[in-house]
Amino acid sequence: MQAILEFISDNLLMIYLLIFTVILGFEVISKVPTVLHTPLMSGANAISGVIIIGAIILIRRSAPDDYLSLTLGTVAIALGMINVVGGFAVTDRMLEMFKKKKK
Amino acid sequence: MITTIIDIAYLIGAVLFVWGLRQMSSPDTARRGNSLAAIGMGVGILGALFDNRIDGGGNYAWIIGGMFAGAGIGWAAAKKIQMTAMPQLVSIFNGLGGLCAAILSIVELTTTDLDTGGKAISLFALLIGAVAFTGSILAYLKLDGKLKDSQVVWPKHNIINQILLVACLAMCVYLTISVQSIPLLIAFLVLTLFYGWSFVAPIGGADMPVVISLLNSFTGLSAAAAGLIYNNNLMLVGGILVGASGTILTVLMCQAMNRSLWNVVVGGFAGSGGGAQTDGDQVAKSTNAVDTSILLYYSQSVMFVPGYGLAVAQAQKALKELDDMLEANGVDVKYAIHPVAGRMPGHMNVLLAEADVPYPKLLDLDDANAALPSTDVVVIVGANDVVNPAAVDDPSSSIYGMPVLNVWNAKHVIVLKRSMSPGYAGIQNQLFFHEKTKMFFGDAKASIQDLVSEVKNL
Repeated sequence: MQAILEFISDNLLMIYLLIFTVILGFEVISKVPTVLHTPLMSGANAISGVIIIGAIILIRRSAPDDYLSLTLGTVAIALGMINVVGGFAVTDRMLEMFKKKKK
Repeated sequence: MITTIIDIAYLIGAVLFVWGLRQMSSPDTARRGNSLAAIGMGVGILGALFDNRIDGGGNYAWIIGGMFAGAGIGWAAAKKIQMTAMPQLVSIFNGLGGLCAAILSIVELTTTDLDTGGKAISLFALLIGAVAFTGSILAYLKLDGKLKDSQVVWPKHNIINQILLVACLAMCVYLTISVQSIPLLIAFLVLTLFYGWSFVAPIGGADMPVVISLLNSFTGLSAAAAGLIYNNNLMLVGGILVGASGTILTVLMCQAMNRSLWNVVVGGFAGSGGGAQTDGDQVAKSTNAVDTSILLYYSQSVMFVPGYGLAVAQAQKALKELDDMLEANGVDVKYAIHPVAGRMPGHMNVLLAEADVPYPKLLDLDDANAALPSTDVVVIVGANDVVNPAAVDDPSSSIYGMPVLNVWNAKHVIVLKRSMSPGYAGIQNQLFFHEKTKMFFGDAKASIQDLVSEVKNL
């Protein structure tokens, strides 16, 4: 119990950020119309590629001869990058088709 | 100085993510929103590359190599993919994101000395990342037709899944409080990977949109958890936004089928018909291309109801051609899109957008139902359960209560269909025997092309 209370007071700002982002996320995304749900999902995929930052941090702080970490980290970077580049590119391709056509 | 600039870069990245998603609220601004989010990602990645709080070898050659490899694969996949295969692509991307989170957590757990909180978060990221990975791979294999539902379902599968879930959570707790043990961690990894596969195995068919959305939110949550591990706010914000998006879509898909998430996850293929069975004495009226084209050409308003059968038959372009010819004669043409039409949320809208149908002509469930009573002709192409009146008037039916398109409120209903076979839910559709309904048998694409050539002759 004491540990939990301590954890809360030590990480108060982080907890605020977490809760407000959850609220903001639900607010913003519930406004996306059904027409755009597929692009929303592939765009969300691209954003989940933000995990690449973790992979970059992992590699940068690994020792240059720690080949296991370096290999796993490089695989993680490649996976994250597939998400980022592939996700944003395919979303852009889809949204390009949603141009309003007036006759 | 550099540290502050890096922190500001992360902040800008987070703001651009939110702003970009905000612009997704309208098709007119969505493309710009996507670009904004991409810029946010670029700023964040630059921040991570130059962050001077990270000390270690640097190892930039490894980073650049990984980035180029991933960017190349991602770009090629995005350019090559067919719009009908979009659910498969999203599933694969989802799985790779989950795998990435699982790799990061396993490295973190084995190489660094974490406190209890850090361990709990890393194990959580490992659990959902691994489940998202194997679950998405199986979803991909199912969507692509490489595996059939019946090939992966075991007897008593629901009970197996519940035991696996309890085992995963128990190991998660045990590993958090016990001393580090690499063999146990490996065992945990194997267990979570296996659970991901087993979790998705009994879910199939019309429930795929739910499971894709759910796995999407898992990947987001694993990224957010990784953000906590690395104490990186941009990762946390990005991950939570994705988690929120996946959660909302999951809930919407469940509502569209009038089922609870629990029912989808454990229900499996329970829906075995039920409802008033039709006897052979009911006769469906059939029609042909000549009569239908005349009916369509001289009506005031027409509404198409496309289902996944339209995409299977690749008939979107032909349908758009018919639409153009009817519009040229002053017919008001609209499309009614049920939320679960297609294989993922919003899939049908993308397929029609690809065929150049302007999005204002696409009506969602509520708008379509409001417009139906004043519609002259409804043409159903490859949809079945989403237009079944049993959902409204037959309490004994397994789809009773599911929101459907009330097409029988229109003046005429034409159903384009290969045969009288029931839909995914395995229920006979009384709509086919309705007094207003006429059946137009044949392949969807061939039938629509017939209609196009008949309309040309008028």
